[in-house]
Amino acid sequence: MDKQDILKQERSAAWRKELRDKIKNKDRTGFTRVEMPEADPVERSRSYVEVNRGLSAEEAVLEAQRCLDCANPTCIQGCPVEINIPKFIKNIERGEFLESAKVLKETSALPAVCGRVCPQEKQCEASCFYTQKLKKPAVAIGYLERFAADFERESGNISVPEVAKSKNKKIACIGSGPAGLSFAGDMAKMGYDVTVFEALHQIGGVLKYGIPEFRLPNEVVDVEIGNLKKMGVKFETNFIVGKTASFDDLKEEGFEAFFVGSGAGLPRFMGIPGENLVGILSSNEYLTRVNLMEANKEETDTPILKGKRVAVIGGGNTAMDSVRTALRLGAEKAMIIYRRSEEEMPARVEEIKHAKEEGVEFLNLQNPIEYIGDAKGYVRQARIQRMELGEPDASGRRRPVPVEGSEYLLDVDTVVVSVGVSPNPLIPQSVPDLKTTDWSTLVVEEDSLQTSVPFMFAGGDIVRGGATVILAMGDGRKAAKAMDEKLSGVAKAETVSENK
Amino acid sequence: MNKVVSKDFFSENVVRLEIEAPRIAKARRAGHFVIVRVDEKGERIPLTISGSDVAKGTITLVIQRVGVTSRKLAELEPGDMIADLVGPLGQATDVKKVGTILACGGGVGVAPLLPIVEASKKAGNRVVSIIAARSKDLIILEDQIREYSDEVIVMTDDGSYGEKGLITEGMEKIINREKVDEAVIIGPAIMMKFASEVTRKHKIPSIASLNTIMVDGTGMCGACRVTVDGKTKFVCVDGPEFDAHKVDFDEMLMRLGGYKDFEKDANERYLNQQK
Repeated sequence: MDKQDILKQERSAAWRKELRDKIKNKDRTGFTRVEMPEADPVERSRSYVEVNRGLSAEEAVLEAQRCLDCANPTCIQGCPVEINIPKFIKNIERGEFLESAKVLKETSALPAVCGRVCPQEKQCEASCFYTQKLKKPAVAIGYLERFAADFERESGNISVPEVAKSKNKKIACIGSGPAGLSFAGDMAKMGYDVTVFEALHQIGGVLKYGIPEFRLPNEVVDVEIGNLKKMGVKFETNFIVGKTASFDDLKEEGFEAFFVGSGAGLPRFMGIPGENLVGILSSNEYLTRVNLMEANKEETDTPILKGKRVAVIGGGNTAMDSVRTALRLGAEKAMIIYRRSEEEMPARVEEIKHAKEEGVEFLNLQNPIEYIGDAKGYVRQARIQRMELGEPDASGRRRPVPVEGSEYLLDVDTVVVSVGVSPNPLIPQSVPDLKTTDWSTLVVEEDSLQTSVPFMFAGGDIVRGGATVILAMGDGRKAAKAMDEKLSGVAKAETVSENK
Repeated sequence: MNKVVSKDFFSENVVRLEIEAPRIAKARRAGHFVIVRVDEKGERIPLTISGSDVAKGTITLVIQRVGVTSRKLAELEPGDMIADLVGPLGQATDVKKVGTILACGGGVGVAPLLPIVEASKKAGNRVVSIIAARSKDLIILEDQIREYSDEVIVMTDDGSYGEKGLITEGMEKIINREKVDEAVIIGPAIMMKFASEVTRKHKIPSIASLNTIMVDGTGMCGACRVTVDGKTKFVCVDGPEFDAHKVDFDEMLMRLGGYKDFEKDANERYLNQQK
């Protein structure tokens, strides 16, 4: 039976039919989309409390009633990990919240994370019938996902996905970010003995060092990691594959296949004069100091610059995370400097909205061209050039063009550069046979995510160069499937030759 | 968690720790470093590996007490645990047979110099080492350096031991006496800056091993960036060794001071707590 048949069969379950008959579609489409309750902007901008507070059970059930349980659920096609969206939502509608969480975990290793950080408006919600056909706000799939996952976690009644009989095959997963965790979860389900190797001292990759507490509490990530541990996944921190031990060492220790999800670790700088002045740092450094090292807390040893006039360069989610962190560290003026207009900003609309509510100033269509420091080398001013939009470039966005004679000086004491990342070079350096692109990302076969090295697969930002949590998770799933097929094929071939 | 196996004091403020880390002991080469986080509240700092014992599964680190983390490390006793230790990191030293190598170590920089001296000697080079410090009690690892050097000159600023004078004076003496094919310079940034000027003047190819501020040590944060030959490089993944004549030491010195006020405050707080 293929996926479509399974979906159809599940949809024809008696309880689903009953629910569909209970409320007319006309009534369902008449309800308004729920609003996410949020912490007060003034209070939250000085603390690390989570901004989105989550739906109540009543709100969740009402929102779940909006879902039409479509015969052809296009929303699923919009989800990189193909969550059975109608099934989990209908379970919420009938009050079976724990059951709903189980549905999420069938295909997603991190539902509480995805419910918070996925750009649903560009994925499942963009493919929702409401968006596509009714031109109405989509069912709040993301909010509902978070609700079900949070409900399960808070209930203390956490289900652990079923794990197949052990295959006695050791698999190494390099990196414990979203790609790795998703991969590890799927492989564990299939009965593989998975060890995840993490370079840092904490598990979670970008979910820990990158995304701030006010958007994704570490505790939420830890519970999901705990689940993977219960499924038998092993974790080794402070371990850099290729450095602490080579791939060959691991092969000798019995690892049969590898998944590389080492992320896009290398921050980009703009290469403009003065960029190495004290007080100018990458968003990776800024966020890592706070999120991973907890430099914002008095009792820890890691220092952090608590700037009063902080400029964050860039318009992505990481830039928003950085500028909102600056506010929480006590900035009087927290500014986004972005060379295009708000329309072109890659950040989620929600993040931009939250930043504005908290008092972040947006200096759009502006770009730094030089930094000026004092005698001690501390940055004091940025020379800013105004921009206007010209013809669309390769990305389809209108290209920013400098406006002649528009330069001015802006007082700053901290600058956070958030203009993108490049893939981490550690893995390619340690495996010379591994083919890379001109952008240093790993070359993989599109369907299987197999690299140029046999039994080595890769996914997430090491392949994509800088994308989202959910795309990385989708890669993890895809690679797990392909690796299993490959290993099973090998196992079959071995049996055949033994029988000869 | 990594266990401290043994501890020796070279002087009141310089301590040598031998730490259990079997994988790192096996994988490390001259020039490699590790990132250490001493306890759950600790920061991550880079320390060059000064030696290892593969059979025992241990590495040795030499630490000079200057700030909170180095003090915490120096207070560890055999049997104590270090929360996190990761490595070996960075590019290993490219050791070749070139002829005569002048190895210059300043202060605690002699510790990372030792494995390079050892490897250079084993590669068949003539090695002349100069180890220098402010005063006698800050001269470390003299016997170990002697073991792998054809000649060792000890220099102190105050003349309390060896020859009186700066390391640059000792370097000039050797260079004027014999042909030096390559120099290795490791020590405080200011010492490396002036020592590099000496070899530049004499057109001797030189490498310097940089010890900048780092957080992750794997290329992720960019805190360690330096300008080399007009280009921004990351010490953690591109280094830690670079062509000494191309490093912008003034910028490096400036960046090393970036958290000076925090470090001073934290140190005072820590010392007060210890009282």
